[in-house]
Amino acid sequence: MFVTSAFAEEAAPAVEGGNTGTEGATQSSTGVPAKAPGTFPPFDPATFPSQLLWLAITFGLFYLFLKKVVMPRVGGIIDVRNDRITQDLDHAARLKGEADAAVAAYEQELAEAKTRANAIGQQANDAAKAEAETARKKIEAALDQKLGEAEARISSIKANAMKEVGTIAEDTASAIVEALVGGKASKAEIAAAVKSVAR
Amino acid sequence: MTADKVDPIHQFNIVKLIPINIGGYDLSFTNSALFMVATVAVASAFLYLSTSSRSLIPGRLQSVSEMAYEFVGNMLRDAAGTQGMKFFPFVFSLFMFVLVANLLGLFPYFFTVTSHIIVTFGLAALVIGTVVVYGFMKHGLGFLKLFVPHGVPVYLLPLVVLIEVISFVSRPVSLSVRLFANMLAGHITLKVFSGFVVSLSALGAVGVAGSVLPLAMAVALTALELLVAFLQAYVFAVLTCMYLNDALHPGH
Repeated sequence: MFVTSAFAEEAAPAVEGGNTGTEGATQSSTGVPAKAPGTFPPFDPATFPSQLLWLAITFGLFYLFLKKVVMPRVGGIIDVRNDRITQDLDHAARLKGEADAAVAAYEQELAEAKTRANAIGQQANDAAKAEAETARKKIEAALDQKLGEAEARISSIKANAMKEVGTIAEDTASAIVEALVGGKASKAEIAAAVKSVAR
Repeated sequence: MTADKVDPIHQFNIVKLIPINIGGYDLSFTNSALFMVATVAVASAFLYLSTSSRSLIPGRLQSVSEMAYEFVGNMLRDAAGTQGMKFFPFVFSLFMFVLVANLLGLFPYFFTVTSHIIVTFGLAALVIGTVVVYGFMKHGLGFLKLFVPHGVPVYLLPLVVLIEVISFVSRPVSLSVRLFANMLAGHITLKVFSGFVVSLSALGAVGVAGSVLPLAMAVALTALELLVAFLQAYVFAVLTCMYLNDALHPGH
């Protein structure tokens, strides 16, 4: 039964709320004073001046407080944070730039050192090669010289030997002739005979 | 007495706490005024204390304050451009006021400031008043171009201007009624379902068992109302931004 009464009470203001325009008219025409039974409280004009006054006072103070105190503070906090973030980002970017430059410098130095090392290696290689070449040439020259000398000696010995071969042949021929024939052949004849045979 | 508890309208009653009467006007300090003060105090204290450490790396509460600040800031910048940022304190105050008032209203026995049309209408009138005053200050009579869209044939112009004027005039109404109606309907529904729980429980064991359903409904509605509280504050702020954009750039 309470339920039904609640519904009934709700239904009445719902109808009132439906025609807002006629509300004021009926109020003024009937001249119902404040707190009249059946007046829907939100539409009771008797409360309007008080509500408007206190709304103006409270909202006005609230507006001033927010404008003068709260908003500069919150805005300041956010600005400081944004500044700090951009500052930190700048700092990070600068550090990154420095790091990149250091890496680049390092790599350049590394490349230079490599080329220098290559050049030194090449130089050493070339010098060693040249030294080896000269040493080889010197030894070759010495060997050639010795070879020449040896050949010369051999040829001279050979010539001597050949020369002696003639006289030995002549001697032997004269001895053989003497022994076989028993006479002496002239030296010139033997020599001519040996020469002809030798040919 | 029990009827009072189940009455879904009872929560919207205005109670005079300190009667003040000046010049025939009733300017009493009421429960509504008390909750306006509470709204402002809670919102201010939260924003002030959560940011008091000014940490570079925000804690949870400071994050919430900063998120609200940037949320409204981006909303305004998207809608009205950087020129609109001069209204940032205004839009931020509106958003925080409506949001905290809506959220405070969700507490049981608390009064919902935004469930009274005069309050939402006051805020909406403030918005439209700002738009009109700033529009005329900045553009003079050029502000009236707002009502004359480009590229409309001359013979249609009177009709279009009439429609534009009506749509402009209906803005404060729609802005205030949307917020007011959402809060009112939500709180009535919550109260009705909670009332079911009480009245069903009075019927004995079967009633207690049956009251589980409206209880679950009330829990789900509370979650929905939490969403609505935020959403309506957001919608109010977004529409404010769009109307301010009209004041800044009336030429469509």
